[in-house]
Amino acid sequence: MAVTTPSSDSSSMSVRRRPRGPVRWLRSRLIPLVGLLVLLYMFAPIFVVVLFSFNQPSGRFNYQWVHFSTNAWTNLCQVGGMCEALRLSLLIGVVATLCSVLLGTLVAFAIGRHRFRGRSGANLMVFMPMATPEVVMGSSLLALFVGMNVARGTGTVLVAHIMFCLSFVVVTVKARIASLDPRLEQAAMDLYANERTTFWKVTFPLVLPGIVGASLLAFSLSFDDFIVTNFNSGSTVTFPMFVWGAAQRGTPPQVNVVGSLMFVLSLAVVIATQVVRRRRSRV
Amino acid sequence: MDSTTGGADLRLLALTKRFGDFVAVDDLTLTIPSGSFFALLGPSGCGKTTTLRMVAGLEEPTAGTIVIGDQDVTWTKPYKRPVNTVFQSYALFPHLDVFENVAFGLRRRGTKGVDASVEAMLELTELGGLGRRKPAQLSGGQQQRVALARALINEPKVLLLDEPLGALDLKLRRQMQLELKRIQTEVGLTFVHVTHDQEEAMTMADTIAVMNAGRVEQLGSPADLYENPSTTFVANFLGQSNFFDGSITERSGGNAIVSIEGNRVGVLDSRVHSSGSRVHVGVRPEKLRIQFAADAVMGEDTNRLEGTVVSSSFIGVSTEYRVGMPWGQQVSVFAQNTRRDERLVRGAEVVISWAPDHAFALDAAQDVGAGVGGAHAAERPESAGP
Repeated sequence: MAVTTPSSDSSSMSVRRRPRGPVRWLRSRLIPLVGLLVLLYMFAPIFVVVLFSFNQPSGRFNYQWVHFSTNAWTNLCQVGGMCEALRLSLLIGVVATLCSVLLGTLVAFAIGRHRFRGRSGANLMVFMPMATPEVVMGSSLLALFVGMNVARGTGTVLVAHIMFCLSFVVVTVKARIASLDPRLEQAAMDLYANERTTFWKVTFPLVLPGIVGASLLAFSLSFDDFIVTNFNSGSTVTFPMFVWGAAQRGTPPQVNVVGSLMFVLSLAVVIATQVVRRRRSRV
Repeated sequence: MDSTTGGADLRLLALTKRFGDFVAVDDLTLTIPSGSFFALLGPSGCGKTTTLRMVAGLEEPTAGTIVIGDQDVTWTKPYKRPVNTVFQSYALFPHLDVFENVAFGLRRRGTKGVDASVEAMLELTELGGLGRRKPAQLSGGQQQRVALARALINEPKVLLLDEPLGALDLKLRRQMQLELKRIQTEVGLTFVHVTHDQEEAMTMADTIAVMNAGRVEQLGSPADLYENPSTTFVANFLGQSNFFDGSITERSGGNAIVSIEGNRVGVLDSRVHSSGSRVHVGVRPEKLRIQFAADAVMGEDTNRLEGTVVSSSFIGVSTEYRVGMPWGQQVSVFAQNTRRDERLVRGAEVVISWAPDHAFALDAAQDVGAGVGGAHAAERPESAGP
């Protein structure tokens, strides 16, 4: 067959010319170019936040560039109530993370490792807070607290945060447990490690990356939550609530400073994990 | 390695394992003598891996007893048994380096002088200098040796090997087979090796138990099993055979005379494994001699059949002839390429012959095709259970 059609083959080949000039240039760089645009789209708002943290606004609103100043960076706590709110948010974030990671890891092991009555039910319940709109979750929690006559404040905010962080922790840690080869634990048992030693020497170190990931996720979820917190905070003011309140009256550039700091911090965490991972995989 | 510790006998008594309705291991009784290299050979799902896992303590038997030396370990936790396993996919700890993987067992038992022992073991398994690597940074062959070192260093009474070479390519597998055999001879431990590869089992093991459907079909030395199988399953699983249907007409002087389509052939009495008279007479293709009919000489081969060449194919070390019998059956003959007879072409009249001690007679009630294909039909390694 190939012998009978060489002429038509070669003619179709000659028709398809190699693209030249700008078309060719664009084609060979299309993917990095699109990638760059996406990155630009994602980072533009962050860039604006960082930029305006160095602004010296003329009025109460920090929306127009006036001139460069490091005033906001050097006088971070000058704005009334902001640093208190920030401190509270960090505290709530840490406590909510610790509690939800501890509980969530236990739940993940139970669901991931054991077959018991109500396992699929438990699985579903864990997913519920992730699927429920935050407004619904916040308002129903408020109804619950009011109904039970619990005073709203830092305590109720903590309860709320632990609740919705829990789902994300369970899902993250469970995925890690599911990817664990059960033969590794069998091998440990075969090599004279009892149940407890097997857990601490083999299972836990292998699940740890999942737990660390879950902690970071839980902290950032708790730290920037506004909707659920707003319903259940009473007179307590967390950082997101402070920013919300400030935006009504005018945003000081110090808010941008905190935003920039958070960005730098999370960037540092990501880079650190990458460095550690690279170093571990090297000889 | 301290040779005085050595291995111990492993005895399985009426061992049974059921998964629901499925009987994985069926009333298995087996004694594996101390210091031997024992192979459990069989196709996927024959129960060999389940047996191994019960010995390791990773699976609880439904019934029966497991004894190592003089210690009943049937209900002992895996970490309290004097047994170590080389897992099928090695199951190396990915978060620990090679050194710590190998040291794992010693550290758990609080043994002194871990560093020196591990270094010595890494030398024995030719892993010197790789101690600080992670398992993921090793080749398949190196990972295999780490798995072996990690088990061997504990000087178990019995070392269990679960398809340990299954993941390696052919060349490396051959090399590791000899290596394993060398190490076993050196350390003198009892090795129990599970495999579906008959060549691997025959290369390494002193004794092979061929398993089929949860039972031991036949037990013996590799040569015994190959030369004198007692069932069609064993005959087929360990290699190729030609089977002729026949019936025993008389038994005299240590020989049984079998009539195959009117031709009388002799089979040694010790090679007749049938209570009835209807038998399959089996002959391995390389035991058959093929000669041009007009000038055939018989010599010691007292059994002969006549036929015509249907095809011949040159394989390299030998030539395979397909010979058509007058009753329609085709017989396969492997002839060494020492002196090729150019007259043996398609259509040539030939005589095939063999000695009475080169054939075996099996009960005709069995399926002639049982276990055909051996390892090739069971290429995928056996999983732990259904």
